[in-house]
Amino acid sequence: MTETITVNETEYPIPADPRVSLLDFLRQHVGLTGTKKGCDHGQCGACTVLVNGMRINSCLSLAVMHGGDSVTTIEGLGNPENPSALQKAFVEHDGYQCGYCTPGQVCSATAMLQEIDNGWPSDASESLEGEVELTADEIRERMSGNLCRCGAYPNIVAAIRDAAKEDAA
Amino acid sequence: MNIHVKQDEAAKECRLDDMKQGILGRDVSRPDGLPKVTGTAPYAAEYKIDGCLEGVIVTSTIVKGEVTNIDASSVLDMPGVEAVIDDPRLTARAAQGTAGEAPAQPARKVGYFGQPVAVVVARTFEEARDAAKHLKIEYRVEDDAIVDPEEADAEAQGDGTKMGDLAEAMNSARHSVDVVITTEGHNSAPMEPHAAIAEWDGDKLTVHASLQMLNYNISELADSLDLDEEKIRLIARYVGGGFGSKLGVSEETVAACVAAMELQRPVRVVMSRQQVFQCVMRRSETRQRLRLAADEDGKLIGFGHEARVSNLPGEEFAEPVLQSSEFLYRGENRLLELEVARIHRMTAGSVRAPGEAVGMPALEAAMDMLAEKVGIDPVELRLRNIPERHPAKDLPFTDHSLAECLTKGAEAFGWDKGPRKPMQKREGEWWIGTGMASAARVHNVSEAKARVTLKADGTALVETDMTDIGTGTYAILTQLAGEMLGLPVDKVLVDLGDTNHPRGPGSGGSWGAASIGSAVFVACEAVRKQVAEKAGVSENELSLSDGRVMNGATLTDLLDGADISAEGHYEPGAISEDYTASGFGAFFAEVRVNRYTGETRVNRMLGSFGFGRVLNAKTARSQCLGGVTWSIGLALTEGLKFDPRDGHLANCDLAEYHVPVNRDVPEVEILLLDGRDPLASAIQAKGVGELGMCGGAAAIANAIYNACGARVLDYPMTPDRVIAAMPENA
Ligand code: FES
Ligand code: FES
Repeated sequence: MTETITVNETEYPIPADPRVSLLDFLRQHVGLTGTKKGCDHGQCGACTVLVNGMRINSCLSLAVMHGGDSVTTIEGLGNPENPSALQKAFVEHDGYQCGYCTPGQVCSATAMLQEIDNGWPSDASESLEGEVELTADEIRERMSGNLCRCGAYPNIVAAIRDAAKEDAA
Repeated sequence: MNIHVKQDEAAKECRLDDMKQGILGRDVSRPDGLPKVTGTAPYAAEYKIDGCLEGVIVTSTIVKGEVTNIDASSVLDMPGVEAVIDDPRLTARAAQGTAGEAPAQPARKVGYFGQPVAVVVARTFEEARDAAKHLKIEYRVEDDAIVDPEEADAEAQGDGTKMGDLAEAMNSARHSVDVVITTEGHNSAPMEPHAAIAEWDGDKLTVHASLQMLNYNISELADSLDLDEEKIRLIARYVGGGFGSKLGVSEETVAACVAAMELQRPVRVVMSRQQVFQCVMRRSETRQRLRLAADEDGKLIGFGHEARVSNLPGEEFAEPVLQSSEFLYRGENRLLELEVARIHRMTAGSVRAPGEAVGMPALEAAMDMLAEKVGIDPVELRLRNIPERHPAKDLPFTDHSLAECLTKGAEAFGWDKGPRKPMQKREGEWWIGTGMASAARVHNVSEAKARVTLKADGTALVETDMTDIGTGTYAILTQLAGEMLGLPVDKVLVDLGDTNHPRGPGSGGSWGAASIGSAVFVACEAVRKQVAEKAGVSENELSLSDGRVMNGATLTDLLDGADISAEGHYEPGAISEDYTASGFGAFFAEVRVNRYTGETRVNRMLGSFGFGRVLNAKTARSQCLGGVTWSIGLALTEGLKFDPRDGHLANCDLAEYHVPVNRDVPEVEILLLDGRDPLASAIQAKGVGELGMCGGAAAIANAIYNACGARVLDYPMTPDRVIAAMPENA
């Protein structure tokens, strides 16, 4: 069994207490509080991180289950000096207000764009086959696991479209 | 230097309009944006403090009675457990907004299911949570608790408004509507759960907390702990949403402080999501009777709005459902009455736009029914009923933009003018329809203080304990100071959320921007005077931009090593009694309703809003978007469900209480009607944080009716209710 979890390219020992969720491991043990706790029950998406490139709700997973995994948190996507294209677009489009859901939104969007690139269909897709077009409805559907009580949704959609366009260009 | 301005007259000319920097009102991005999107902005629970213990709140399993025994020994042997905090200072409820004094104590006296009664403190969160579940508590149960508002006795709230004879007006009216509309309770559900870390050094408390109104919270906390305010420092630089639920100090903050003082160690207490639902604030459910009496042209001659809300015994707050109904429409025969039923559910208090959030959706649905009876366009019906003056108090209005919002909104939306008929457009299983509603939200301002320092290095610093709860305070104060002092946004630093700074009004009731903005403005005026003196010109002649005085000298040269600082103190004055001030707006919505499932989807929405000066087009629009999102939730999905036996909240999490998700919110267009309201504040601005949800749900209700003929009288209009109201022939 692997004894460490890699977070943003640094290895950390797995905590001794098996009850520690991946979310609390990140926030309390690693000290990366960019990942937020909004519900601790998989209902809000504030705790979204990337595990081996895929988005998950880190509150729904125990740290002990992630030996050998590579976790990317919001801090691993960019920083104030060097923000990612999505992070920049969120600022430009005011895709947040209080900012508490925002790291989860950005992590989720990062993985979501990859899922679209991979051609994974969603409920909003025209067809189960072929390429997926990045429509507003696709974004809305795929981002619906990330609640924003401030109601920044239209701006989040605009930010994601913008960042995706920039990526493609 | 301190400068005090009491607004006893209109701010007719405002220096802001003469300034040259050109950043105020523009769509400037928030200075707090990068910290937020990169996860580096610290919220209350996220300060790294050595040796910090974790506290978990334990809540009551009875509705009413008393805790007779808390058996600490049942958990003290568990791993990591440090203490069980069972202390008369623990609070049983959250303080109401602007209370400024301790909420109900002690926690051992139980008034509702889920009330905090104790706190377990351990080394780690996991240990504290486990022990909290095992803590043995004994109660003496009082079984006379009434939990259903319809079964409880109600008391009148204030005198209400009675003018003329409404019953007679209803009898003689050519057209009338008499309808009962209900709304369910709501939870603010900010994404950041309530949280605090308290540190006690034996003399002073330093508290990081997630609160909206530090100026009041410090008094509430001091009173709860029986401590001098001078011994407390409250810090809230980032607040993950509040929406009313963090107006007053709530149980976790007091608990963290009590624990830290008892244990002489820093303690963090964070509410679980379920606790945020169960033991902070609910918006009261409402039952509202609307009576509208109109002549043949649709002019109102009678206006009745009676509402029943509820709260715990001893709570002064009553959802002010009738607030905007008092003045929105004409009608010389008026009856407005509010009553409060006393029940044992968790505290009812402010949830975004208390009053109008639920009063306006009821009124505006009734207005739609009236428009149909009169046979005129619903926009036209509103236009015909805008009063010249406050219909009961006979006061003039300050800047009144309802007519403009209605006409401009209708035009931008592409509103089909004319009398309307339901069931005109169908696509497959879906009926399509449109609806509209007016928006109104009373305007408030409050006393506020802020310090502005123009530094020798050519930057400016703004300091106040005012909070930014997502509202954009950092942005607008940056712009105000930058505009007045001729500095670009990156040369202004705004330092908020610390009670060591001059005291602001806090964020709530949409009063933050206008109040603290006025204080910053006043301080900047004083700084400008001193700059002018140095430059050898009068303040009127002083033109500043990009860090330069008009003749080309830089501010740095002019200041010559010395800072200039002023504390601005703004207070509303005599005029606040002489006028009725409100923000106004209009909502337009297109929906589709499924004939077979009753599901409603909002296709598009538009909101037009007038609230005086727009301080930041980007953040103001975001506030409106947020409001419209809440309108959608209120209309279609949000409602607290209580167990009728013990009043416990059955849907106390985000899986069962449905706030709108991304796909529930369509394209939303926002029109900001930039204006000036010299009577509203020194900066001629009004609040906008709540306006966007004051009536929007009715635009959706009216669109549902227009689509499929289902007039749903109970919010939220869930599929079961829509199906039940759908006409046979739909
Ligand atoms: S905290 Fe994980 S989904 Fe809400
Ligand atoms: S920005 Fe506040 S919850 Fe999304």
